[in-house]
Amino acid sequence: MIFSKRMLSILAAFALAAGIASNASAAETIKIGVAGAHSGDLASYGIPTMKAALLVAQDLNEQGGINGVKVEVLAEDDVCKPEVATNTATKLVSENVNVVIGHICSGATKAALPIYRDANIIVMSPSATNPDLTQSGDYPNFYRTIASDDAQARTLVDFATDTLKVGKIAVIHDKGDYGKGLAEFVKSFLEKDGKAEVVLFEGVTPGAVDYSAVVQKIRRSGADAVIYGGYHPEASKIVSQMRKKRMKTMFLAPDGVKDDTFINVTGKNAEGVYASGPADVSKNPLTKKFRDKFMATEGAEPGAFFDNGVTAALALTNAIAKAGTDSAAIAKVLHTETADTPFGAVKFDETGEPIGIGFVVYQVKDGKFVTVQ
Amino acid sequence: MDYFIELFFSGLTRGSIYALIALGYTMVYGIIGLINFAHGEIYMIGAFTALIVSTVLTIYGFPLLAVIVLTALAAVIWAASYGYTIERLAYRPLRSAPRLSPLISAIGMSIFLQNYVLLAQTSDFQPFPALIPEFDFMEPYAHIVGSSDLAILVVSAIVMILLTFMIKFTRTGKAMRATAQDRKMAMLVGINVDNVISITFITGSALAAIGGLLIASHIGQINFYIGFIAGIKAFTAAVLGGIGSIPGAVLGSFILGLTEAFATGYVSSDYEDVFAFSLLVLILIFKPAGLLGKATVEKV
Repeated sequence: MIFSKRMLSILAAFALAAGIASNASAAETIKIGVAGAHSGDLASYGIPTMKAALLVAQDLNEQGGINGVKVEVLAEDDVCKPEVATNTATKLVSENVNVVIGHICSGATKAALPIYRDANIIVMSPSATNPDLTQSGDYPNFYRTIASDDAQARTLVDFATDTLKVGKIAVIHDKGDYGKGLAEFVKSFLEKDGKAEVVLFEGVTPGAVDYSAVVQKIRRSGADAVIYGGYHPEASKIVSQMRKKRMKTMFLAPDGVKDDTFINVTGKNAEGVYASGPADVSKNPLTKKFRDKFMATEGAEPGAFFDNGVTAALALTNAIAKAGTDSAAIAKVLHTETADTPFGAVKFDETGEPIGIGFVVYQVKDGKFVTVQ
Repeated sequence: MDYFIELFFSGLTRGSIYALIALGYTMVYGIIGLINFAHGEIYMIGAFTALIVSTVLTIYGFPLLAVIVLTALAAVIWAASYGYTIERLAYRPLRSAPRLSPLISAIGMSIFLQNYVLLAQTSDFQPFPALIPEFDFMEPYAHIVGSSDLAILVVSAIVMILLTFMIKFTRTGKAMRATAQDRKMAMLVGINVDNVISITFITGSALAAIGGLLIASHIGQINFYIGFIAGIKAFTAAVLGGIGSIPGAVLGSFILGLTEAFATGYVSSDYEDVFAFSLLVLILIFKPAGLLGKATVEKV
């Protein structure tokens, strides 16, 4: 056994040497790790972010890098699986990355975060929306450039109670993961705030031929507004039936309803309906710049979370340019100074949520969604 | 009490929607003992035909009444030709095969037609024009029952009466009943059984097309999948009332619709299906042939 102990110490010596060697190379380039699904059936969520990071790095390097130091992107695949993500994280840590963009899926992100936290590496996800990642307080090294799952419920509740000033709200959902999840957040926020009363909380069966019974129930509940969690086909039927029964109750819905098909199908009954959705960033020059670069190299529209990926890469490189590669210094810049991104000027609150990326409320006016806030 | 009446009419609306589709199911079953799973798809094709025809006619500036009549006519003829063709292609060659074979063939037909419409049209929901106008005399009651609800209610009542009349008193109806009782014997006395079965499918499909027109106009949107969901509920209603019985299909539909409406109104819409299907199980335990179905005795 003595022999094996000696083996270990030799190995350790090697590892130390290797570590020193890679530390030496770290000074030559700034290493940005990109972790996410780059293969498998969820690859379409991860690849746009990898391309975004590569494009931002290329752009910076053409201008001479960050303060004269070239940027290097190290991509690692986690196939969106938590058990693979821990290996991915370990690999990136061993390669001495300065910051990490990723991971893509919430489950994989959660699994990988402790490894980065122990190595004191800042992680910024363009797509992991699970509220716990920031709210639990377990991962002070975690940031994201997308609004969390409950942000939309928060937007709708604040709009109903503060802007519309309604007192009684009926919460209706379609019993699905998306709709019911949102409806439950809405209900808990309304109860916590105490500004409005939840007079009805019900699930409807998607695809049913007629919703007049539940519409009568909404009328009887005396609700001033309905907040609906679900997609546009049912929202369209419920709104139409409410208007046919001469009810003027306001109708608020999430981004599953903010779809032109909703207006197309609901017609004049859609007028006045509120729907929340991400802000339109297509006119932002930075969005255009990177989308055009992507089009030029790939010949196709960038896919999911591309803008969020660009935002993460720009926010991180901006912070590194100002603060160097020390994690605590980067964190300070992320919290205090805004970076110019496709979403406009973005900084982060103390939990790591982005300020400036979120949902806005639209209202249907003359057959179009028009921004309200 | 007002709330009760509101829910009652909600239930009636749902019930008459189910009835319009359930009538076609029960008719085909009554004559040849086949559960025509493609019936929901005929309803969907009727609705799509109505959408296309009414859009074209509206563009050419026809008055509303002419649009409704011509659209209904086109939808009925088109859907009936589908019904006839399906029977010829998918069921007639299997008529002497074991009962399971035409059933599987019917399911296959249902899937085929869904995907055919999906590819020929789109998977998106399409807006359906409100062909039934808002009647002025209904305005005071609009908060309880709308014009389209009333139209569906009246049409399903008329259709049920006409259908019962046809089967009870016309020569075709007699031939249908004879075919239902004993197909071989009917052939022996000179009834063209093939024709009778074709007429049954044509009538059933025509009903589905009228249902498609009215229901789509009531809901205001259609896609390729509406037939499947509506078909399942209508089938449940037909079984509840006693499959093969025409008044049974209507009774079953109303019971199903009212149960769902009251379950939603007084308990929770989360459980409307639970109540509806618990009721189905209960009725089938005590009356296995459904409410108005005739229990068949197997002769040994």
